[in-house]
Amino acid sequence: MPRGFSHTLNSSTLQPGELQLKIENVSLAFGGVQALTDVSLEVRQSAITAVIGPNGAGKTSLLNCISGLYHPQDGRILFYNQGNEHELTKLKPYQIAKLGIARSFQNIELFKHMTVLDNLMLGRHNHLKSNIFTGGLYWGKTQKEEVENRFFVEDIIDLLEIQAIRKQAVGTLSYGLQKRVELGRALAMQPSLLILDEPMAGMNAEEKEDMARFVLDVNEEHGVSIIIIEHDMGVVMDISDHIAVLDFGLKIGDGTPDEVQRNPDVIRAYLGEDLAIM
Amino acid sequence: MESGIFHTTYESDMALRRTPWMRWRIYILLVLLAIFPFVANNYYLTLANQIGIVAIAAIGLNILTGFTGQISLGTGGFMAVGAYTSGLLAANLGLPWWLTIIIASIFTALVGGFFGIPSLRLKGLYLAMATLASQQIIEWAIIRSPLTGGVEALVLPMPTVFGRRANTEFGFYWVIFIILILVVFYAVNLFRSKIGRAFIAIRDQDIAAEVMGVNLFRYKILSFATSSFIIGMAGGMLANYRGIVSFERFTIEASIFYLAVIIIGGMGSVSGSIYGAIFMTLVPAILTNLGQTLGGSIPQMAKLIPFIRQGVFGLTIIIFLIFEPEGLAKIWRDIKDYLRLWPFSY
Ligand SMILES: Nc1ncnc2c1ncn2[C@@H]1O[C@H](COP(=O)(O)OP(=O)(O)O)[C@@H](O)[C@H]1O
Ligand SMILES: [Mg+2]
Repeated sequence: MPRGFSHTLNSSTLQPGELQLKIENVSLAFGGVQALTDVSLEVRQSAITAVIGPNGAGKTSLLNCISGLYHPQDGRILFYNQGNEHELTKLKPYQIAKLGIARSFQNIELFKHMTVLDNLMLGRHNHLKSNIFTGGLYWGKTQKEEVENRFFVEDIIDLLEIQAIRKQAVGTLSYGLQKRVELGRALAMQPSLLILDEPMAGMNAEEKEDMARFVLDVNEEHGVSIIIIEHDMGVVMDISDHIAVLDFGLKIGDGTPDEVQRNPDVIRAYLGEDLAIM
Repeated sequence: MESGIFHTTYESDMALRRTPWMRWRIYILLVLLAIFPFVANNYYLTLANQIGIVAIAAIGLNILTGFTGQISLGTGGFMAVGAYTSGLLAANLGLPWWLTIIIASIFTALVGGFFGIPSLRLKGLYLAMATLASQQIIEWAIIRSPLTGGVEALVLPMPTVFGRRANTEFGFYWVIFIILILVVFYAVNLFRSKIGRAFIAIRDQDIAAEVMGVNLFRYKILSFATSSFIIGMAGGMLANYRGIVSFERFTIEASIFYLAVIIIGGMGSVSGSIYGAIFMTLVPAILTNLGQTLGGSIPQMAKLIPFIRQGVFGLTIIIFLIFEPEGLAKIWRDIKDYLRLWPFSY
């Protein structure tokens, strides 16, 4: 029996349904390649927002703009929390992390030589206070905060059912488990907004089902807002509240799963694939 | 055989020495280190002191290169900054030797932090080139400065403790080993708390680290400064231990030597830095002894010895790079794992 989660996982102060993230007319080009053209999108608190589209459509680029890894030439991205408006397009990635925007990557970007525990503890980075002097002593406050945060991390380990591997180096784990640990590391940040770039890619049916369950758990039980990129249309239509469709850097559809499936532009972009059964 | 250890609190689960035997091993080691200077002759004390200073500097370099992933060819230069700062403060201002070492460490941390600025833009070999440039700049500054005495050696006043000479082999043994123990304690703890973990994260995957909230610029500079503090301290100690400072000891050769120490000992391993220091100090000493013995009986050999020494050295480094990139620390870990499960070693 897993014990209950004893911490608040969601660090957003908004009420469900409030506007949390506003992407305004974002355009991004790499040399001649137009990755995003005038893309606008709204994300609401506690919703699961999916971004779909064929390979190369610009989905990852859009997430990278939110994380501050890419800098759009045009447009801005606004984020709301604790009564403040933050213009993400003016912030650095580590500053965006401080706002509680957590993410995973399409190609797993874990700290391979660190244990699962240490990877998750790194997710606690912004919640820890020890410095270059006190860290080297590991006395009093430092030990106390390490132990307190270990409790938080252990809750996530229970939630994701990775107790058995907590002390293993991440590089030695299977692909599916690494994806799970990467979700855990993002959760350890106590996200206000959780961004997942293809969390189920390359997984078998059982692993996918587990991952979908975790994502739903985090959203439904803890109210964490989620932006997810996923290719498995069955999963996407099933779990999303809202779907945005990108094609060649343009947003061609935006709405509920039903609306998107009936959108003629979307159907054209996915020509040959049967959206209804997905 | 060791088995079935369960920890009931996170405090004990997170402790460094998680079993009584691990704790005892440390106590025994400390007792042996305390007995050693009373039973060892001067030759062995000299070797121990050399190992101690090399180990301190190697831990400093390992924090930067092994743990944070920032290759540095500037160790010699940073050590020189520590040595000259300490020496000049003692010689010109008459400050007590221990105070000069503290000031020298802080100053070297600032210099190291400054020369770490290119690390925001440069990685790998390009960063190595940038640190090599800092090595050259420091050497140039020392040779040209009217303060340092240039190519002439700088002679330090004799360090004393309660009016007695401190830099005898026996006296300085205590200074070196107390500092070494403190540095080991510091480094080991650093890497199980926030800052050290962030350093390792930068090494493993810098973009992910930044997206998790690590300010790359700040932490890289911090790593350069921390590393340089310890390297500068080793430099300051070396100056007072020898009583004389000459820039020739701190050239690019020294920088490469220290990289070899951590490669052979183990990148990203505190204990590995010590194993590397032991190895890189003892092997040349043994080769020299061997050379003298051989040189006595076969005079033609005497001339060849230095070259053979260099060759054996280079070869060892290459062998480690190819066959055991994780160094002596990994070999020792494997042996321990084997013994721990013995006789059921499956
Ligand atoms: N760092 C980059 N440099 C150059 N081109 C890039 C970069 N990142 C993405 N692109 C280009 O932008 C387009 C969109 O890529 P991406 O956002 O990864 O698509 P998706 O995630 O939808 O598959 C592609 O044509 C890709 O080649
Ligand atoms: Mg992508």
